[in-house]
Amino acid sequence: MANVLELSKIRKSFGAELVLNDLSLSVPEHTATVLIGASGSGKSTLLRCINLLESIDDGQIFLDGEEISDPLINVDEVRRKLGMVFQSFNLFPHKTVLENITLAPIKVQGKNKDEATAAALALLKRFDLADKADQYPDRLSGGQQQRVAIIRSLALNPRLLLLDEITSALDPVLVNEVLSIVRDLKSDGMTMVLATHEMGFATQVADEVCFLESGNILERGSAEDVLHAPKNPKTQEFLKRVHQAGRL
Amino acid sequence: MSERMNSAWSPSSREIQRRGERARISRRQAAIAAVSTTVVLGTLLIILVTSPGWAVVKKTFFDINYGREVFPTVIAGLWINLQLTFIGGAAIGVIALGLALLRTTKSPALTPFRFLATAYVDIFRGAPLILIILLVGFGVPALQLKGISSNVIFLGTVAVVLTYSAYVAEVIRSGILSIHPSQRAAARSLGLTSGQTMRYVVLPQAIRRVVPPLLNDFVSLLKDTGLVSILGVTDAVRAAQINASRTFNYTPYVVAAILFLLITIPMTRYTDRAIRQRTNAQSAEGAI
Repeated sequence: MANVLELSKIRKSFGAELVLNDLSLSVPEHTATVLIGASGSGKSTLLRCINLLESIDDGQIFLDGEEISDPLINVDEVRRKLGMVFQSFNLFPHKTVLENITLAPIKVQGKNKDEATAAALALLKRFDLADKADQYPDRLSGGQQQRVAIIRSLALNPRLLLLDEITSALDPVLVNEVLSIVRDLKSDGMTMVLATHEMGFATQVADEVCFLESGNILERGSAEDVLHAPKNPKTQEFLKRVHQAGRL
Repeated sequence: MSERMNSAWSPSSREIQRRGERARISRRQAAIAAVSTTVVLGTLLIILVTSPGWAVVKKTFFDINYGREVFPTVIAGLWINLQLTFIGGAAIGVIALGLALLRTTKSPALTPFRFLATAYVDIFRGAPLILIILLVGFGVPALQLKGISSNVIFLGTVAVVLTYSAYVAEVIRSGILSIHPSQRAAARSLGLTSGQTMRYVVLPQAIRRVVPPLLNDFVSLLKDTGLVSILGVTDAVRAAQINASRTFNYTPYVVAAILFLLITIPMTRYTDRAIRQRTNAQSAEGAI
């Protein structure tokens, strides 16, 4: 299986603070890689670096074998191949649900409006949001907004989907409707890298779980190994705290 | 179902009692407001009409017959102010948007223009409008350039546009800067270029946010067009001045002031409403 994403010795600091330290990671096609770790362990920064929203200080990032950490690369073209969903949804409040989804297909991929609208409506229908197409985001619940945000990145048929703690801003009751979309995408064979605090969900979808601590992956392996039989004392400590918080 | 519930409901005796109390409280508040208003306005009126010079002031500032006589020339002048406001306003909108975009761009090719835009805004925002009008109105014709009109209305408009473009550019720029970076991140992560992000995501939200302050500037613009009268443009202020100096009766100034107020007061009321709606919308937006 070819690797969609390949990270080699990534280093990133914000001022004096070293956020990612010599981090390497391979993501094969059709797999889901789950990043776990305490807040500030570098999960979000890692996702933002992959999407070129942050530039790295050292190391290399390859997407389908092409080095995207090359400063001469066209970042807009790279981002077209990468979908990104944020913790805070970040829908465009002045556009309807449908306009949020079709903006990039029309302006970036050059699709005509009818084609983009038909594709968007099909996606909305598939995820039970067809009746919300003409609503503005502020009329939607948090769960609905986040589902729309996922659909917005799917509309570009991304090669890789990056999900950054997409349920952290949600009411516990709404978490599941968002996670069930991700499960669907996983069974469709979408390649994903996701940061999450939902350990039960991680167990269900992860092909590989990586535990991040101080900007490096301390332990990696199957969900079964890392989440249920961790070897590293720091992973054990982290999972114990998560367990006490009632998230496992 | 809710209809059935409503028809079954009738206010409790306690609620009827409370309504009576609320009605009594609001009647008392209305009475207090009426008395206080009568006392304050009445006192001011008495001070005015019992002042030693009132008879003379009444004749020289509030001569209704003379006011009627000069009304057509003053309102013809006001038409100039309105034209200047709308034509100038359109030009200001375009120039200010350009300046605001230049000042927020990071494109290296535009670096010199970014510096120029910053210098422009510093100069025209910092210098008094009346000086700019005098410098443009008397300085530009002195250059004797071919093809540049020395029409005072044109030069007055140019001066006002130069100054207001700087004000409005800053308002638009503050709107652009107020859009949360996460909106930009979301747009860029969808593959939109920085130009597309500005045009389709940032700017529409920014403009919506600054509509109330822009309306405020529009009201100020209308008033400040009166300053071009110093170049000899026969606007409402100048028309009033001509009539006043002919007869030494200042009623034309009062007429001009009332005409300006008739336009600006509804505009400011409308602006206040827009600001209120904007505030309500923002609190509904919550953290975003």
